[in-house]
Amino acid sequence: MNDSSRLHSDNRSATIRPSLSELFRAFAIVSVSGFGGALPWARRKIVEQKGWMTAEEFNEAFALSQFLPGPNVVNFSVVFGSRFGGAPGAAVALAGLMGPPLIIVFVLAVLYAHFGDLEVLSRILAGITAAAVGLLMAVVAKMAAPLFRLRRDWAPLIAIAAFIGVAIMHWPLPWVFVVLAPVSVACAWFKR
Amino acid sequence: MNENPLLTLAGYFAMLSLFAVGGANAAIPEMHRISVEVMHWMNDRQFADMFAIAQVSPGPNIIIVTLIGYHVAGFAGATIATAAMCGPTCLVAFFVARTWDRFKEARWRMAIQAGLVPVSLGLIAASAFVLARSADNNIYAAAITATTAVVGFATRINPLWIFAAGGLLGLSGWL
Repeated sequence: MNDSSRLHSDNRSATIRPSLSELFRAFAIVSVSGFGGALPWARRKIVEQKGWMTAEEFNEAFALSQFLPGPNVVNFSVVFGSRFGGAPGAAVALAGLMGPPLIIVFVLAVLYAHFGDLEVLSRILAGITAAAVGLLMAVVAKMAAPLFRLRRDWAPLIAIAAFIGVAIMHWPLPWVFVVLAPVSVACAWFKR
Repeated sequence: MNENPLLTLAGYFAMLSLFAVGGANAAIPEMHRISVEVMHWMNDRQFADMFAIAQVSPGPNIIIVTLIGYHVAGFAGATIATAAMCGPTCLVAFFVARTWDRFKEARWRMAIQAGLVPVSLGLIAASAFVLARSADNNIYAAAITATTAVVGFATRINPLWIFAAGGLLGLSGWL
């Protein structure tokens, strides 16, 4: 199937329907280009290059993927794939997203099992971890800023409670979640 | 106790996948609790190493479960841990995606969406805390963390550069 002629047609219309093999290839490419989060790559591929979705449709599908439990990009591949190809579409998009990274990480797992005790390697990994933790803190700060701006006074309390329960008290995540999520949703319902 | 590690991996990660609101980063503290504190599959440093490897390898960060699974039970463990972490949530995503658009404007949907954000924020903050405790063993590591936090917040730099810088500083022997 040759879609090169359609590639450069109107990007704003989201009526182009990918075939299963195109779905697989698109998500495989997104997965291996997506260092530190595949979202920007997914947007570029799907919205800007292929025109399979408008920017709004993309945001909507991604909001759903973030709201669902589990890895966001994995959810996104299922949501996106099922929209265009039902169950086979979802399976193909998921296989494209997970296949290439799995092969790479299998190799890394074997290497780590053999060389994980090397001092050089553990020094490099310690540096990467220290940097990655800093990035995680930046993500937290970026997420927290709008909560305070919106003046949802209950939201910071919920976030702090979740932090204390998991990080300080070491309570199992399901317990913390089962208690806090309903309270938080109820606050959002009544106090918005 | 002679529990089959494959069953343990499958059970833990399948359960975890349904509570990890906020993605891989929100699930880190629970993975750490299970792998290091409860099951003693690995020590703190090994867990932090796997986190670092998952960060620098391409693809979704959830791939850390593949590394944990491999460490516990080889290729079978890696496959089962990954399938357990992705399977349940994929089924949920598949069925919710078909009905979701109908409730676009529903008030309960907006309440759920707004209510879950602070929960995942707290969980991701907990991830940063748990990882910082194993990574920032000395003043230099803590300085790298503080610097990348500021750079990550203030700029839109590609994380790969930050990882490369961190790795080089580690290699240089300061940490």
